[in-house]
Amino acid sequence: MTRLTDLGVTDLRDGIAKGDFSAREVAENFINATNEAEKLNAFITLTPDHALKQAEEADKARASGQLKALSGVPLGIKDLFCTNGYRTTAASKIIGNFVPPYESTITEKLFAAGAGMIGKLNLDQFAMGSSNETSAFGNVISPWRQKNDDAALTPGGSSGGSAAAVAAKIIPAATGTDTGGSIRQPASFTGITGLKPTYGRCSRFGVIAFASSLDQAGPMARSVKDCAALLEVMAGFDPKDSTSADVMVPNWEKLLSSDIRGKKIGIPKEYRVDGMAPEIESLWQRGIQMMKEAGAEIVDVTLPHTRHALAAYYIIAPAEASSNLARYDGVRYGERQTPEGSNLADMYSATRAAGFGDEVKRRIMIGTYVLSAGFYDAYYIKAQKIRALIARDFEAAFDKCDLLLTPATPTAAFALGQKQDDPIAMYLNDVFTVPASLAGLPAMTVPVGLNDQGLPLGLQLIGKPLDEQSVLNAGLALEERAGFTSQPEKWW
Amino acid sequence: MSVINASIVRKIAKLACIAVTEEEVTAMVPELNAILGWGEQLAAINTDGVEPLTSVIAQSQRLREDEVTVPDIRDALLANAPEAEHGFFTVPKVIE
Repeated sequence: MTRLTDLGVTDLRDGIAKGDFSAREVAENFINATNEAEKLNAFITLTPDHALKQAEEADKARASGQLKALSGVPLGIKDLFCTNGYRTTAASKIIGNFVPPYESTITEKLFAAGAGMIGKLNLDQFAMGSSNETSAFGNVISPWRQKNDDAALTPGGSSGGSAAAVAAKIIPAATGTDTGGSIRQPASFTGITGLKPTYGRCSRFGVIAFASSLDQAGPMARSVKDCAALLEVMAGFDPKDSTSADVMVPNWEKLLSSDIRGKKIGIPKEYRVDGMAPEIESLWQRGIQMMKEAGAEIVDVTLPHTRHALAAYYIIAPAEASSNLARYDGVRYGERQTPEGSNLADMYSATRAAGFGDEVKRRIMIGTYVLSAGFYDAYYIKAQKIRALIARDFEAAFDKCDLLLTPATPTAAFALGQKQDDPIAMYLNDVFTVPASLAGLPAMTVPVGLNDQGLPLGLQLIGKPLDEQSVLNAGLALEERAGFTSQPEKWW
Repeated sequence: MSVINASIVRKIAKLACIAVTEEEVTAMVPELNAILGWGEQLAAINTDGVEPLTSVIAQSQRLREDEVTVPDIRDALLANAPEAEHGFFTVPKVIE
């Protein structure tokens, strides 16, 4: 018999509904799997009580014929989502003991739909990072390793715990958040599927803010179908979020179809960047071939401002971060530092110095500088104008095509420590994911193959605003043709 | 555009309310220069007549009735405070 931990979201949901197994068995199996996987350091806080309580409810609901959309499905929750009564740290020291007295809208929706929570997943501190090495709770270790090499690899970031845990099959799926690629890059590094919806689809209420004009939550799962099922529950208008999109949530899972005949898939030539690994280029060509075989028409498109996207992003995101993170001052929550004889201002500075990690400080400093008098126009306003040009590029491209197919990352996963000392080398990880973030577009990564060293590689599909359905459909077509079934060999 | 030196780093740190040691200042000078220097490539791009994009979605301010919609969770909120007294957050003395 298949192990229950081999099943994803929709298989678990359907199996519980049919009575193939109980929700309790499901919860226990995943709780055991997480307990055995301590070496991955994927979790900051384990919450088996929550998963078991929801499982009990699911089994009761089944007996009374009142199952909900995700009854009995246990999930991992990125530790950036506030969970009522459960510690929420953002992987930081400064709010390392914060217990929210309220629930993020997304977790509220997931739990109301019957999902349970196995634990709070590790991440880059305040979601700032591309390798999960900025967490105050230690690195997450990818379950993947190169052939004949035991070196610890990054799962990517910032949703590194989510990616590692889903890939290691210690949870069926997880929530992630994506500001410049934090769902898509780790999903790609670990051979799973991740979807960043259109900006505004998922409520940001109760999601600890990094860069508010870019932050979007989304699902990370083992299949396109599972992503569709999760997104249906996560998405929806929320009056508590002033940028929430007041639009209908489609029945994505039901309407899912890999029939993409006649769809036009754009290939942006600017995504062929200098220094791109040959294995990424050949993967992209294979993806193009798969889309053709699925009956799609391939068209060449141009996104001329692509190469300026990263620089614009690394001005805009830190600017917003410096403002958002002003709230961590040791007054309302978090760990306060009060040096001997200090006044209020000294307390603020000492608290923030002790509580923030190096990368968070670096971004606050950059953000403070680009927003400061004399530099605001040259950096911040300029970056926002570039952002406008990038958004226009996409609009023009979508006059010629329905979707874009691009690489997800410039390389496969790298070793922990390899890029830690060079912030710009680290930022270059986001080169393919940042443009869609700046334009607020839905984008998904799907695992397509392994490189010569046996590490997973993914491709990215970018869609028109609010057209998650086309992204999911093309993602399914890619998934069916790629037939990616590889998984990491268990060493943990 | 400007070149970041130690005194600018100290000034930014002060604006950002982050205490920094001299060692940290020294380490940050090249880092911030590299990142900001990278951002300076944007200056060469023609953006004449382009409006800055502040939001990717049409923003309209929603209004609601001026009513209390959340329960009183004062004590629960104060429970997370490093120091609280008599139903208030407390801070080091600001008036002598």
